[in-house]
Amino acid sequence: MLETALTGTASELKFRDPEKAQALSRALEGICREVGREPVSVMHVCGSHEQAIAKFGLRAVLPRSLNVIMGPGCPVCVTDLPEVDEAVVLAQDGVRIATYGDMLKVPGTSRSLADAQTAGARLDVVYSATQAVELARDTTDEVVFFASGFETTAVATAAVVLADPPPNFSVLSAHKYIPPVMEIVAEMPGTKVEGFLAAGHAATITGSAIFERFVERHKIPVVVAGFEPLDILAALVKLVELVRDETPRVVNMFPRCVTPEGNRNAQEQLWRVFRTVGGQWRGIAHVPNGNLRLRDEFAHVDARKKFQIDVRRLWNHAPSTLTQLCICGDIMAGIASPSGCSLFGKECVPDTPVGACMVSSEGTCRIWHQYGGHPDL
Amino acid sequence: MCLGVPGRVVQVHGVTATVDFWGVRRETRLDVIDEPVGPGDYILNHVGFAIRKIPAGEIHETLALYELLLKEAESDMMAADVRGEITAAPDRAPALPPGGLHA
Repeated sequence: MLETALTGTASELKFRDPEKAQALSRALEGICREVGREPVSVMHVCGSHEQAIAKFGLRAVLPRSLNVIMGPGCPVCVTDLPEVDEAVVLAQDGVRIATYGDMLKVPGTSRSLADAQTAGARLDVVYSATQAVELARDTTDEVVFFASGFETTAVATAAVVLADPPPNFSVLSAHKYIPPVMEIVAEMPGTKVEGFLAAGHAATITGSAIFERFVERHKIPVVVAGFEPLDILAALVKLVELVRDETPRVVNMFPRCVTPEGNRNAQEQLWRVFRTVGGQWRGIAHVPNGNLRLRDEFAHVDARKKFQIDVRRLWNHAPSTLTQLCICGDIMAGIASPSGCSLFGKECVPDTPVGACMVSSEGTCRIWHQYGGHPDL
Repeated sequence: MCLGVPGRVVQVHGVTATVDFWGVRRETRLDVIDEPVGPGDYILNHVGFAIRKIPAGEIHETLALYELLLKEAESDMMAADVRGEITAAPDRAPALPPGGLHA
């Protein structure tokens, strides 16, 4: 299987350099053996990492003793029900909602934005915050940009807020900040995560040094990784080495995009517009400092200040019974996998998702549904 | 998604630039990039904003993953996400011309 996977048939693994992949795979095998116990569990927090791992069948070339888990790396998936409810209420009240396409089908307490659209609400799918502002410029209607995404995407929202948007434009921020949730996952009793892979393009903004404090506090190594199969394999080798040597530190294995200090200009704009507040991440936990909200000086652009949003009227509608069987939260916390869910691929499929993890192309369930997750060795 | 997409700057006009992504040209904003860019430079684009100038020596390595993904079928999810970033139209991303940027 290893040989097949490394040389690759058309639908399987396509490393640009199979020899290098093979060498890395062997190195990983050796290091895992030297760790001397199993499993060794490491977590990544990025939907694009999971896409690459699943698409290129990387788990087929990983040692059996190494468990690579996707954590809460899908911002759409961790958007909490009341946050979706806020957007649904605004949409039902006739406000025009602009949002990223992935947000449409995410279930709220009783309905999604797509449900609201079916009932007549006006929704615009946008690719960027800029398009949401352009929409507002072309109309006199109130336009609310329902903004999701981690810090990488929040930077774009910050930039349009700072670029003097029209008065009928405001932001409903569901932006999340990754470093604090790593703390939560590291402290979860059932998780046993021994190392983190950090997402390369998020770290392009924040810099790799942002993880220093986390490593110091939790004694868990963090390796910044790129998105090519070889990048991910090389980063895993480094990460498991650090686990073996019990030398927790931050290592940047993606220097072609990431520097220790990151993009200072982007950070400056991010923190000028946003502050961190604690909040619930769907299915996971209350995450102190995990949510990005607009600072008071941007109240005029903050939909929560501009509109009175009363989500309680949605709560008369009971959620579906299937929702109660969804284990997205455990999956994102790394203590369950999609194959352990009774709904996965049956009641819960991309066209009719039960949980948020089946909605977004960054969600673990959606990715496993497309590519398969754990290859059957 | 958190995967940015690289493109080649064709022309800079103020805080935006026309950027070529495998033959698809569109405007990318330069508000948050941390160094000046000019025609011929490669940038990493994320949701319509350039977030990093790709060092000259790293361009080939950076493009490789995308060249590979863009050969994938339209139904492939990761490739569809990349095409969505390129065309700035997540729900209606057309197929890109075969052969990629340098064809």
